[in-house]
Amino acid sequence: MIDAQKSLLNKSRIKAWEPALWLIAFAVPVLVPSYALIVNEIAIVALFAVSLDLVLGFSGIVSLGHAAFFGLGAYTAALFCKHVNPDPHIGLLVSMGAAAVLGLAASFTVLRGTDLTRLMVTLGVALLLLELANKLDWLTGGTDGIQGLVFSPVLGQFEFDLYGRTAAYYSLAILLVLFFVARRLVNSPFGATLKAIHDNRLRAMAIGIPVNARLISIYTVAAAMAGAAGALFTQTSGFASLDVFEFHRSADLMLMLVVGGTGWLYGGVLGAIVFKLMQDALSAATPQYWTFWLGLFLVVLVLVGRDRMFKPWTWFKRGGA
Amino acid sequence: MLTILFDGVAYGMLLFILAVGLAVTMGLMNFINLAHGAFAMVGGYITVLLMQRLDVPFLICLPLAFAGAALLGAVLERTLYRPLYHKPHLDQVLFSIGLVFMAVAAIDYFVGSTQQIVQLPSWLKGRTEIGGGDWILGMGHYRLFIIAVCAALTVVLQYVLAHTRFGSRLRASVDDQRVAAGMGINVNVVFLSTFAFGSGLAGLGGALGAEVLGLDPTFPLKFMIYFLIVVAVGGTSSITGPLLAALLLGIADVAGKYYIPKMGAFIVYSLMIVILIWRPQGLFVRQGGKA
Repeated sequence: MIDAQKSLLNKSRIKAWEPALWLIAFAVPVLVPSYALIVNEIAIVALFAVSLDLVLGFSGIVSLGHAAFFGLGAYTAALFCKHVNPDPHIGLLVSMGAAAVLGLAASFTVLRGTDLTRLMVTLGVALLLLELANKLDWLTGGTDGIQGLVFSPVLGQFEFDLYGRTAAYYSLAILLVLFFVARRLVNSPFGATLKAIHDNRLRAMAIGIPVNARLISIYTVAAAMAGAAGALFTQTSGFASLDVFEFHRSADLMLMLVVGGTGWLYGGVLGAIVFKLMQDALSAATPQYWTFWLGLFLVVLVLVGRDRMFKPWTWFKRGGA
Repeated sequence: MLTILFDGVAYGMLLFILAVGLAVTMGLMNFINLAHGAFAMVGGYITVLLMQRLDVPFLICLPLAFAGAALLGAVLERTLYRPLYHKPHLDQVLFSIGLVFMAVAAIDYFVGSTQQIVQLPSWLKGRTEIGGGDWILGMGHYRLFIIAVCAALTVVLQYVLAHTRFGSRLRASVDDQRVAAGMGINVNVVFLSTFAFGSGLAGLGGALGAEVLGLDPTFPLKFMIYFLIVVAVGGTSSITGPLLAALLLGIADVAGKYYIPKMGAFIVYSLMIVILIWRPQGLFVRQGGKA
């Protein structure tokens, strides 16, 4: 095989530590049953973060409104369960479909303009949906949300229980599947063109990459994944409320991604783990004011720089780095 | 009908004063500062606390709110913001969201999360009505006061920008930093003073608006989107753009909430998205400046 081809393929090869990581993830709910609930939460936000990574890290679209797709997925799953069919699998697919449709429509709004315009438009779409969910109370229950949902057992046998074991495995399994779909996607030639667009849109266009078509398709795929995360959230918690559209959800998500590293799919997963554990510890220590420490962390992170912060051995080197 | 228009104008003027600092800093430094509302909140809290705890008269609180927010702006610009001017937008967004989170939690900790009430002096309470029937115009005295203050500030701002040496330095720096620096303009000082002044204006706006908009620790998050709409729709290259955008937003918001209370905010957001898709650079853009 030619060397260049080999080095390209090497990137997409599954590394030795990857199966180990997933094995550990799947072992935790059995070994430490009290962690099952948090594993479930981490799996959901990790899926959400991977979805944003596709948009932000790989295609360079700054989005402050990714919660729109998460929320739409959550509400679709809730409504589908309540009015049509309590089966979680079909509900998940329907939610992904709904979020993908919204993503397709919304993708046309992020093609033009500057970073500021994109921030505004994505934020606007999320706020629009928040308003809708709030005001269409005959459908969505307004500020009360939709509560008391009972989903039928996963695969027809595993009931959702209070300890969250079924929920954790269900979310982990979906995360695993969608993660490897995303992994395949970014390592394909399609993914390579996305990276080209991210690095330099003008040049990408000049070498014949259909920039707009690429952005539209990745935005739609990412929206579907965020919708899946939202559906998992509803199905494992049994309710959907306005909270799923809130601004802090999008902001937290961005933080996770930046902590873990953008443009690297495991970055989202890693960031989700760090963020959730940090949130857990901080909110246990100071229930009301934990956002202060979160904010401080963000400010320090940006000022110091991500690379320097997580590589302590560079702290005392002068300049250059 | 006219009353709604009047309230809308007052609201719009207030938004303009709150957001004009953001427009200038964004145009000047190409810095996406989501924490602008935090300065407004600081101004509001300075006023409320001074009035409640020390019985300082309202009119003296206003300049103090301006000074306090401006001072805070200057300190933060010099220490935290300046290293970030040349970082990517993503970093700036994260940084300013972090600042907002900190401000919200800090105010919550020190003052408490309840909504603060401003006791207006008696000569600002009450209202005057002109005309009758469908065309009645009811003017709250406080709103009249807001319009007067904001209009005066707008005129002063326009004069400073268009006719003073500092104004021309500022405009030169906005158009092209490097050339401006090459012409001997101390761009850093221009940045610092503009940032401080913009923060001060936000503080003043927060003090004036505490009674109209409501003041609680989530203020920067609640109104962030409104400031951003003003800036994104109005464009960052002039004063008239944000002014018109703020008036438009104020009137649309008040009218929307009055006529269709269920869908008020919905209309504002959809209008913004449509405008931004139609004119991504904003509605009122001066040609020729550097984008």
